[in-house]
Amino acid sequence: MINTCAVRVIYKYEMLRAWETLLQSFASPVISTSLYFVVFGSAIGGRIDQVEGVSYGSFIVPGLMMLALLTQSISNAAFGIFFPKFTGTIYEVMSAPVSFFEILLGYVGAAATKSLIIGLIILATAGFFVPLDIAHPVWMTAFLILTCVSFSLFGFIIGLWAEDFEKLQLIPLLVITPLVFLGGSFYSVSMLPPAWQTVTLFNPVVYLISGFRWSFFEVSDVSVGLSLAIVLMFLTTCLMVVWWMFRTGYRLRQ
Amino acid sequence: MSPIVSVTNLSKIYANGYHALKDVSLDIAQGEILALLGPNGAGKTTLISIICGLVNASEGSVTVGGHDIVSDYRVTRSLIGLVPQELTLGHFETVWNTLGFSRGLFGKKPDPAYLEQLLKDLSLWAKKDSEIMSLSGGMKRRVLIGKALSHQPSVLFLDEPTAGVDVELRKEMWMLVRRLRESGVTIILTTHYIEEAEEIADRVGIIDQGRLILVDDKQALMHKLGKKEMIVELEEPVSGVPEALTAWSLALSEDGCRLIYTYDPRQQRTGIPDLLKAIGGAGLALKDFKTTQSSLEDIFVNLVKGK
Ligand SMILES: Nc1ncnc2c1ncn2[C@@H]1O[C@H](COP(=O)(O)OP(=O)(O)OP(=O)(O)O)[C@@H](O)[C@H]1O
Ligand SMILES: [Mg+2]
Repeated sequence: MINTCAVRVIYKYEMLRAWETLLQSFASPVISTSLYFVVFGSAIGGRIDQVEGVSYGSFIVPGLMMLALLTQSISNAAFGIFFPKFTGTIYEVMSAPVSFFEILLGYVGAAATKSLIIGLIILATAGFFVPLDIAHPVWMTAFLILTCVSFSLFGFIIGLWAEDFEKLQLIPLLVITPLVFLGGSFYSVSMLPPAWQTVTLFNPVVYLISGFRWSFFEVSDVSVGLSLAIVLMFLTTCLMVVWWMFRTGYRLRQ
Repeated sequence: MSPIVSVTNLSKIYANGYHALKDVSLDIAQGEILALLGPNGAGKTTLISIICGLVNASEGSVTVGGHDIVSDYRVTRSLIGLVPQELTLGHFETVWNTLGFSRGLFGKKPDPAYLEQLLKDLSLWAKKDSEIMSLSGGMKRRVLIGKALSHQPSVLFLDEPTAGVDVELRKEMWMLVRRLRESGVTIILTTHYIEEAEEIADRVGIIDQGRLILVDDKQALMHKLGKKEMIVELEEPVSGVPEALTAWSLALSEDGCRLIYTYDPRQQRTGIPDLLKAIGGAGLALKDFKTTQSSLEDIFVNLVKGK
């Protein structure tokens, strides 16, 4: 038996929170994406013809989406669980007849939904600037959902782990942003010098963006199967960490 | 009848090594009001937190409604409502939404009619669409009570419900507690106010330094531990207790006008008639006398401080 009422209210109230800060939640990614297009797509893209047979403006769309998805998934999920922990309101969830799985479903589900919506908004925004043909819509959707879910899980872990606001922002700032920027959002890995290409292959985000880009244009830095495997591996790792955290009551139950 | 809450040999050692509860055993009967008294840091909140599932026990076990709180947490937690000590509430939610959230969390289908009645009982109906941020401290406390009652629990834990609450509101709170008890809810509350325990509790438990040093029926407790005092007022002040009265080990008030005799009311022979006779015999003129029963407060102070 699963406490569906509880999952529903957690999910609903998390979504409500996003709705109440609509501008911040959904408008800011649209604005920043538009800015990227103006700067990278038009200003710089005008001087770069094509990357691997795709116009530069279109080429950066999957990377831009990933950039937003990753940062949004992480910050939404991290904040979603950090805040009640910080203010103490988490006591209610912890004293309710809900399993950890249900808590996870509610919080991570809501965070993933939010970033999925943001991803789609960015896609639509991009459509205004550049022509978009999606070669494999099903694969694109699969990558989209997988990314949202696994990075929301990752954000949830950060939110549980963080004891203060500083720690909450530490990993997104110090780890995620550099990985994404160096992950081939704005360029193809093949454009780098050989030594850097090798270094890049240790960046998991490269596989993510490469796979996602393949679902759009059928061009990729690494094979799609490898991309998918890496994403699934990341998802599994996060699930295992969360499972361990819940089992030990980490940072939630003394 | 089997107890609604049963705590057996419960101990808690926090991660930092602090021994917050030491071998606590306690049975709580269905429908009673139990007051837990104890100084700051005694372990009251820790005990409640374990029963409610917020803190893991180090040793021992707890059942609620006959179910184990660990293996059967879904059952036990849905029976329990908790009003925490701190005012922990979201800021931007409305009163109505936060109650709906609590109810859903406990797996209950929405029931606007019940929540409406609940808010009216708590004098919060007019505030139902207000953001919690805009409420006063006393109102927030009542919102917390509302949240705890939103899923119709049969056991309610109130952790210092009247801390920082004015006299008026405290009286209201007591009335609410009595009404809840009449509707069959078992209530466990913690308090520093002895008059509160004296006023509303059926039974009193005293916790000190992680030990439950005593639990008893309030009346029995006062009877068992309560000393009585007889105060004899004299027409004329005396400079010392007369020799003839030393057998009673009397105390003399500072102004010399009152003799205070402490005795145990449970004794067959209290010695009062003899004392009165002896006072007359010593040539003292008796103006008036009265007896007082020591309050829970005195008992409490004796137990905690004087041991
Ligand atoms: N998370 C924790 N880690 C370590 N020690 C703790 C923790 N929580 C409480 N304690 C300690 O356990 C003891 C009991 O605390 P508790 O909150 O149960 O007391 P209390 O009786 O509710 O006090 P008060 O009347 O002040 O609310 C205190 O000494 C406290 O410092
Ligand atoms: Mg306390």
